Amino acid sequence: MWVVHRVTGVAIFFFLVVHVIDTSLVRVSPEAYNEVIGSYKTPLYGLVEAGLVAAILLHAFNGLRVIAVDRWTWALRHQRMLVWIVWALFAVGMAGFLPRHLMHVFGGAA
Amino acid sequence: MTAPELSQPMPRTRKRMNATYRWWWVFQRVSGVILVVLIFTHLFVNLMMGDGVSQIDFAFVAGKWAAWYWQVIDFVMLLLAMLHGTNGMSYLINDYARSRRSRAILQAILGIAAVVIIVLGSLVIWTFEPCPVDATGAFLPGVPSGCPFN
Repeated sequence: MWVVHRVTGVAIFFFLVVHVIDTSLVRVSPEAYNEVIGSYKTPLYGLVEAGLVAAILLHAFNGLRVIAVDRWTWALRHQRMLVWIVWALFAVGMAGFLPRHLMHVFGGAA
Repeated sequence: MTAPELSQPMPRTRKRMNATYRWWWVFQRVSGVILVVLIFTHLFVNLMMGDGVSQIDFAFVAGKWAAWYWQVIDFVMLLLAMLHGTNGMSYLINDYARSRRSRAILQAILGIAAVVIIVLGSLVIWTFEPCPVDATGAFLPGVPSGCPFN
């Protein structure tokens, strides 16, 4: 979990840097922004986004687990179970997100 | 040769971490909890509601930032996320950079990158122009259909 937290953290950090730069194109021109954002709607980027959301969900739930384990002895005593809860919440989150996202990307609506 | 005399073991108190590290350590946890709320909202509104990623274009951004509270939310999210990410990366540099020199160089690059991104992002949010015009005063292509707004 420690490695997962570090790997997802680094991935999210680099995405964040790129994401601020791509959003800053709204100050260049609407067309420049739309063109770059348009590439995020392609199937390849759609899958990368799914991976990004997966990384964020995992990092978020695991981060809350780390706080809980540091803070409460109850959580420390039940930390094995809490790791399973992190994966369960991650699975539920992805089950909610993935079908809808893939429909947006592959549905051909835009 | 005699072994050095052992001093008393260091008591496990909060004082073991220096004040700055301790502050950042607390910040990392507090910002983490807030970011869970902010980023989950961000992902839900932008990728789940409506047409998801396919709805995002200049007009979508203009529609959101027309409301002051989205500007505030996005600004807080930018600031906390960049500081949280920068601090996290800084921990990794301290853990993995071998020499004092490489550590200093990497930390400097990280610091500069963080400042540049935070300043750039803040300017973009607070100076956003929903109906940009060209040199002749005509709207640029791609502006929202409602331009000009008052």
